[in-house]
Amino acid sequence: MPSKSQGDKASFGLTLGAIGTLLFLHVPLMIIFLYSFTTDEATYTFPLPGFTTKWFGEALKRTDLWDALTLSLKVATLSTIAALILGTLAAAAVYRSDFFGRDAVSFLLVLPIALPGIVTGIALRSAIGSLSIPFTFWTIVIGHATFCVVVVYNNVLARFRRMSGSQIEASMDLGANSFQTFRHVVLPNIGTALLAGGMLAFALSFDEVIVTTFTAGQQSTLPIWIFSQLVRPRDRPVTNVVATIVILITFLPIFFAQKISAESSESEGGSK
Amino acid sequence: MNRLSGYFFQRPKLVTLLLLSLPMIYMLVVYLGSLVSLLVNSFYYLEEFTGLVVKEFTLGTYAQLLKPTNLGIFRRTAGMALAVTVMDAIVAFPLAYYIAKFASPRLRTYLYIAVTLPLWSSYLVRVYAWKLILSKEGIVSWFVDLFHMNFALDWILSIPGVGGSSLSLSPLGMFIAFCYIWLPYMIVPIQTALERVPKSLLEASSDLGATPSQTFRNVILPLAFPGVVAGSIFTFSLTMGDFIVPQSLGTSRFFIGQAVYSYQGTAGNIPLAAAFTMGPVVIMIVYLLIARKLGAFDAL
Amino acid sequence: MTKPAIRFEKVSRHFGDVIAVDAVDLEIQDGEFFSMLGPSGSGKTTCLRMIAGFDRPTSGRIFLFGQEVSNLPPFERDVNTVFQDYALFPHMTVGDNIAYGLMIKRVPKDERKKRVDEMLDLVQLAGFAARKPSQLSGGQRQRVALARALINHPKVLLLDEPLGALDLKLRQQMQVELKSIQKRIGITFIFVTHDQEEALTMSDRIAVFNQGRIEQVGTPSEVYEKPATPFVAGFVGTSNLISGDVAKRITGSEKTFSIRPEKIYLGSLSDAPSEKMYSATGTVRDVIYLGLYTRYLVNLDDGGELVVIEQNLKTTSMDVLKTRDQKVCLSWDKEHISRVGG
Repeated sequence: MPSKSQGDKASFGLTLGAIGTLLFLHVPLMIIFLYSFTTDEATYTFPLPGFTTKWFGEALKRTDLWDALTLSLKVATLSTIAALILGTLAAAAVYRSDFFGRDAVSFLLVLPIALPGIVTGIALRSAIGSLSIPFTFWTIVIGHATFCVVVVYNNVLARFRRMSGSQIEASMDLGANSFQTFRHVVLPNIGTALLAGGMLAFALSFDEVIVTTFTAGQQSTLPIWIFSQLVRPRDRPVTNVVATIVILITFLPIFFAQKISAESSESEGGSK
Repeated sequence: MNRLSGYFFQRPKLVTLLLLSLPMIYMLVVYLGSLVSLLVNSFYYLEEFTGLVVKEFTLGTYAQLLKPTNLGIFRRTAGMALAVTVMDAIVAFPLAYYIAKFASPRLRTYLYIAVTLPLWSSYLVRVYAWKLILSKEGIVSWFVDLFHMNFALDWILSIPGVGGSSLSLSPLGMFIAFCYIWLPYMIVPIQTALERVPKSLLEASSDLGATPSQTFRNVILPLAFPGVVAGSIFTFSLTMGDFIVPQSLGTSRFFIGQAVYSYQGTAGNIPLAAAFTMGPVVIMIVYLLIARKLGAFDAL
Repeated sequence: MTKPAIRFEKVSRHFGDVIAVDAVDLEIQDGEFFSMLGPSGSGKTTCLRMIAGFDRPTSGRIFLFGQEVSNLPPFERDVNTVFQDYALFPHMTVGDNIAYGLMIKRVPKDERKKRVDEMLDLVQLAGFAARKPSQLSGGQRQRVALARALINHPKVLLLDEPLGALDLKLRQQMQVELKSIQKRIGITFIFVTHDQEEALTMSDRIAVFNQGRIEQVGTPSEVYEKPATPFVAGFVGTSNLISGDVAKRITGSEKTFSIRPEKIYLGSLSDAPSEKMYSATGTVRDVIYLGLYTRYLVNLDDGGELVVIEQNLKTTSMDVLKTRDQKVCLSWDKEHISRVGG
């Protein structure tokens, strides 16, 4: 790791710019929190005319919301499982050998998030449509898995690369066959990467709206429900509450997933 | 078990192939297959009277893209994507630079999380936040009113192509929301690129007599450039393909994403929608190839 | 007659167009401390990896105590390795690291514990079993790696530049310790290094590698005093060669000869050489004072140059530096010159 600048201090302008950018990133989310307590039903008046917590109760009573939430959770769970399996396999293959077309594999996996979501969406829709497959829960999962794989892949591959390659050789040298080596050495090494990648894949799927609008039939996931409110606001106070809850629900897993990835790269950097 | 493992050990290529087979089959069949189907569909056309897709080869659908309204959509979208990319690069730089070169390792971990947290937290909710903030009766208007700057806001909103009926229904509002939403995608690669610049390089530069601003211009900026390019892949591509922001904050003037969405949806014109998406696809593939040349992939 | 611990039979290893190991024949006896010495890329590490089973020969065969192992995977060979970067498992304690091989073989827990403690005693790390590798110093990790390999009672222990990451003091201490452990347990050690001094200090025999081939196999004194090729003469110690006309004038033969710099006396022209000595005159071109000894570079009058090393028994730096540009007479015992190559 390049030596850290204990001595130098960032200039005042730079610090100010950095803080400004940080605020720009986070203040808008806090404003949503604020609005979830507004008494204003029809507009977004600021300053808030009054404070109330009644919308939280209202939101809990809405069955359409509960259905949307359940669907989103189911989709995210299945997409994450698929992404964990496919992403780990691909990462292992790319890590262990220098085969021809290795770059092509990475490229293909990155493509679903590098290309605009609308391309993936319309492509899947046209393919599913021309095969006359009905748009169901499963078509949503298939769509989500395509762009969740890369998250797991990246996390696991990065961990593989940080792992000393001779560990696997050492394990085999000490008498463990490939399966034992996987269980006792590889899996513990990539465990947290799987956890982090899995949580991020889950968050990605739970939040996805663009591809989902193309691959869903009549089902409404939570993001689709929010989107409909964005375009034609009907239940402003309830939407505020839903937005707040979504932030809260996703905050913890993502925070921990990020902490795991950041810390493992930090500690590695430190020992180099 | 040892037998089997030994068998595999002596055939490393076979193992690689087996590992790859499942993910590759999935990606090739589901994803690439879909892209190919999209491409094929773009060469079909929609029969106006019946409203059915005719599966015959034609370039007619692509010809429709050249209509002035459609060209306008492309121009508008690309212009927005470019503006957002440039603005994000400018806004991202100070924070990225600070994290990479001045933060202690501990602070760096937390700043990194602070940057990426919004990235993973709900995209829709973040768009929604701007709907609140920019609305006519919302916070921005309140502040503008507080400083008696209403005339300035009205003037900006009256500029065609920038303004609209209110900030929350204008290209300017979209621009702000886009910049906000994709900003983390720009910060992370720039930070990664800057982290790879050894401190000694900066010291060497100042040792050779460069002032801090000369060092910044001649050493830091060129070395951060691959990071900017890497970040721009996301900001550019994501802006181009988005239809949520234009739909929520935009005017009646379409962007690519909306056009695709409405052609395939209400009109059922999948061929035209497919042809429309080929624009961004081609632009992005060219963009990715250039980015790879510029070393952007190492900064990802 | 016991079988050799390791036998290479025309072993080659190609990586694409690169020939890493080129038709090597080699026998390593049971109980030997055997070093593979050579510059990086000379094929020594590839040979070690083929013994361990991480690599397989492109052609040729490898035998372990008479049994062919060329194509056996590493987990079916009775050899264990100490890796250059130690390759300790970071998620396991020191004790679990050492017990790894026993756990895989399903040795019962209490016996595992007993043997781990024995091993920790052997490498002088008693009481460290519960620590994580990250809490150890480089030298301690090294010992854990050694214990982890030895606990499985391998027939041969492979060491891949294990001392490379240690500082000089620790390295010298570990050299002595490794040698004494090897003596005590009596199994074959195969030690890969690029450090000639390390190889000379520790080994019973040394194989000098160059460009995928073995240039010479012999005891340290053979390799040092009677280098078989110019490469060995240069790699093991300082290359001091004379050949052609110069050699003819001094020794009467046109072949190539090697003389070790410390065997040469540096005298004045008036010193009469004895019958048992060869001698040559020259001019001191350069003097490098190194404290313990001084290194002289002498241009011979007949052509060519020789390096001479003299201990500073009586001389000071002032004295030795005065010899620069002086005419001198070099002489050395006839038995200290050796013919290089054929």
